[in-house]
Amino acid sequence: MNRIVSKRLLANDLCELEFEAPHIARGHKAGQFLVLQADHDWGERIPLTIADANESAGTVTVVFQAVGATTIKLARFNPGDCIPDVLGPLGNPSDVRKFGRVVLCGGGIGVAPIHPIAQAMRAAGNHVTSILAARTKDLVIFENRMRAASDEVIVCTDDGSYGRKGLVTAPLKEMCESATPPDRVIAIGPPVMMKFCAATTKPFGIPTIVSLNTIMIDGTGMCGGCRVMVGGKMKFVCVDGPDFDGHEVDWDNMMKRMRAFRPFEEEARRRVRDHECNIDKAARAIAAAKEDR
Amino acid sequence: MNAQVETLDAAARAELDALGDLGSLAPAVRSKIAQREMPSQDPKTRVSNMDEVALGYTEAMARLEAQRCLQCPTKPCTAGCPVAIDIPRFIKAVACGDDAGAVATIKESSLLPSICGRVCPQERQCMKGCTVGKIARDPAKAVAIGRLERYVADLERERGEESVPAVAPPTGKRVAVVGSGPASLAFAADVRRAGHEVVVFEALHKCGGVLSYGIPEFRLPKAIVEHEVESLRRMGVEIRTDFVVGRSRSLSDLLSEDGFDAAFVGSGAGLPRFAGIPGENLVGVFSANEYLTRSNLMKAYAEGRADTPFYHARRVAVLGGGNVAMDAARTALRLGAEAVHLVYRRTEAEMPARAEEVAHAKEEGVVFRTLSAPTRVVGDENDVVTGLETVRCELGEPDASGRRSPVPVPGSEEVLPVDCVIVAIGNSSNPLVPLTTPEIRTDSKGRIVVDANHETTMRNVFAGGDIVLGAATVILAMGEGRAAARACNARLAGAL
Ligand SMILES: Cc1cc2nc3c(=O)[nH]c(=O)nc-3n(C[C@H](O)[C@H](O)[C@H](O)COP(=O)(O)OP(=O)(O)OC[C@H]3O[C@@H](n4cnc5c(N)ncnc54)[C@H](O)[C@@H]3O)c2cc1C
Ligand SMILES: Cc1cc2nc3c(=O)[nH]c(=O)nc-3n(C[C@H](O)[C@H](O)[C@H](O)COP(=O)(O)OP(=O)(O)OC[C@H]3O[C@@H](n4cnc5c(N)ncnc54)[C@H](O)[C@@H]3O)c2cc1C
Ligand code: SF4
Ligand code: SF4
Ligand code: FES
Repeated sequence: MNRIVSKRLLANDLCELEFEAPHIARGHKAGQFLVLQADHDWGERIPLTIADANESAGTVTVVFQAVGATTIKLARFNPGDCIPDVLGPLGNPSDVRKFGRVVLCGGGIGVAPIHPIAQAMRAAGNHVTSILAARTKDLVIFENRMRAASDEVIVCTDDGSYGRKGLVTAPLKEMCESATPPDRVIAIGPPVMMKFCAATTKPFGIPTIVSLNTIMIDGTGMCGGCRVMVGGKMKFVCVDGPDFDGHEVDWDNMMKRMRAFRPFEEEARRRVRDHECNIDKAARAIAAAKEDR
Repeated sequence: MNAQVETLDAAARAELDALGDLGSLAPAVRSKIAQREMPSQDPKTRVSNMDEVALGYTEAMARLEAQRCLQCPTKPCTAGCPVAIDIPRFIKAVACGDDAGAVATIKESSLLPSICGRVCPQERQCMKGCTVGKIARDPAKAVAIGRLERYVADLERERGEESVPAVAPPTGKRVAVVGSGPASLAFAADVRRAGHEVVVFEALHKCGGVLSYGIPEFRLPKAIVEHEVESLRRMGVEIRTDFVVGRSRSLSDLLSEDGFDAAFVGSGAGLPRFAGIPGENLVGVFSANEYLTRSNLMKAYAEGRADTPFYHARRVAVLGGGNVAMDAARTALRLGAEAVHLVYRRTEAEMPARAEEVAHAKEEGVVFRTLSAPTRVVGDENDVVTGLETVRCELGEPDASGRRSPVPVPGSEEVLPVDCVIVAIGNSSNPLVPLTTPEIRTDSKGRIVVDANHETTMRNVFAGGDIVLGAATVILAMGEGRAAARACNARLAGAL
């Protein structure tokens, strides 16, 4: 179960894993996620978006950044290894219909989860513009796949090393101001990026959907750890989301709650890293695995 | 042996010797024997470990305790037990030294005696009607039925004497079970015995439901829960963890496409309620489910080993007065809190928690703030909890349910300085299965509606436990699982 069939290093610490999970591949719809554990007895349950699914092969793909205990451990897995626990598909599928002009904003790793939505939106007859944003050139992922799935692609980097220099919000704002403004915007990425995308579209009244990435434990609605305030009401991201109206999310509270376990996470990351000295080594392991293939 | 166990054991031996021929004890002599105290870890030691608090009777203690039973022909104890265990018969077996016979008697009615012996609210069930308790005018002094149950069941397990229940020849019928809490475990065992193929689907990575994620190790060792799950496996029940019915596959898919002839929904009451007061989303406010799941299921207490963190807090407020609140408060102490306050709107008399948990929590130093209702969680500029505002309450007139409801005293607000707040005011029904299976009807509280046969409004789909009863008890959940299994077996045999 959950046997890894391929592993790719997309950038320094960005890793893509494809593994067997037949019923997830079969039931999955764009926007859903899974919960996995890198260790059955001592591991943490972490949510990752299903970036791709191949129903006939019975496999799903996740893309993640090796930033903490679980993702670093996961990055050390190799083809043939089995992920101990995988649960999914979870969450509500994204609302995919014909809206007209749809703009998708993907920040960093958030480009991966945007990909199935781009495909679905195009299939539903929308004009799809995708803005891919990253800190620097090396961190731009999925560019070819996004070009294939979109009518138009804009790349921007914070440092200007590739595409436009600047943040995702700059081209977004221009589009909102243009003669053909988007009918719907979807933003996935770090919370601060989603917050500012929503702030950019708000004055124009353009519906903006975000996919929230709060802390989760069970992912089944049992713990309430993933709760956020949306439009003044308490919502559980794992069962009520992960997609919400970006204009209604209490971003500041959400971001503060996401930092609740920061000191411990640092400690756990150090522990896992010390196993192998540092994060670069984890990345090297990924690179080595890539060569092995 | 622990020093306290040694002393209590020696005392029991001496008393047994003094009683002489046990076969001919007069009732008056029996009712004068004092209840055997349960040996337990010293409160000062146990707050810094996760090991079980109650240590269990020794053989001498069990034999002597069993002598207290008067063998009442009307069996008021059995009448109080939700699954009607033949209590006098099993206790008589213990008194005679026939431990195997005792377990066999219990297992006619209860499938999980080492668990129920530990977690049943005995003082409100079997011990409530016990004649010995009536004579002493205190149900707490009744025959310690649960402790005896635990004694014989533990003994059988530890000695490896359990036999795998006989399974009837294959019928070719397949039954799906949603969830793996006590309702589902009992249902699965009884349906498997009838020769049907049984597959248990559990959303989490470990089985047992609340027994594994909610009730802490220090009250119910997880090895016991694992043992019960292992017994099911040995009977040939297939167990699929990491499978959420309604998402991984819908219930209708299982029945119409995946070849299942019937199903049981035991998905429990796993939806945490919040108090609806301002500040509940501050950093440091947790549902008891989250707090306990981190510690129990994810083993966060094993710091340095487990990847899942717990929130380091020095002063903790727990809202509620039930078992969940007691478990959260006592877990907080074990995770290093210096002070833990239990904030409850009514008085101790109204607390729904088991008497033993209340007593243990007090021994361990949990501060009980009764007649006190939370009004607001206070935080600093970083949205981190710094206090809990509470208001004093008085008990008003009894309401429709006969309970006197608390009435806040205006102007009596005060702020309790704490850095963590745990909300343990109850759980509602898990909504996922009804939500994804429109054929299944629920009531206004989200509980699945069943008929007298425990069948839902969807044919061949049965349900039981907390998803039907609302947050209830382990023994009730188990009893419902068994009753539903009888109906399901009858249906599959064409007799219902
Ligand atoms: C519905 C949902 C979908 C998600 N999908 C994805 C996904 O597809 N891919 C993905 O990668 N994540 C995704 N996430 C987030 C992911 O679940 C968390 O990042 C996860 O906690 C990582 O676990 P960990 O144990 O490796 O790291 P943790 O130990 O939990 O924490 C990560 C630590 O790294 C820090 N950190 C975070 N980002 C950086 C950074 N860029 N540089 C340095 N430090 C950083 C954090 O502050 C934290 O201390 C998703 C979350 C949700 C709720
Ligand atoms: C902290 C705490 C302490 C308690 N203490 C006591 C006590 O001392 N004594 C006592 O008698 N009772 C106690 N209770 C109550 C008791 O535990 C419950 O009444 C009992 O566990 C209910 O059993 P159940 O089988 O109905 O459901 P649960 O034990 O809740 O199990 C339900 C299971 O179903 C799974 N599930 C849910 N939905 C799905 C799905 N769609 N697909 C797959 N799996 C699913 C869940 O993950 C869970 O594992 C306590 C409860 C809590 C929370
Ligand atoms: S199952 Fe519970 S109520 Fe019944 S006899 Fe045992 S301890 Fe008492
Ligand atoms: S009521 Fe008490 S004394 Fe009487 S048979 Fe039951 S356990 Fe024994
Ligand atoms: S992760 Fe536990 S309720 Fe959402």
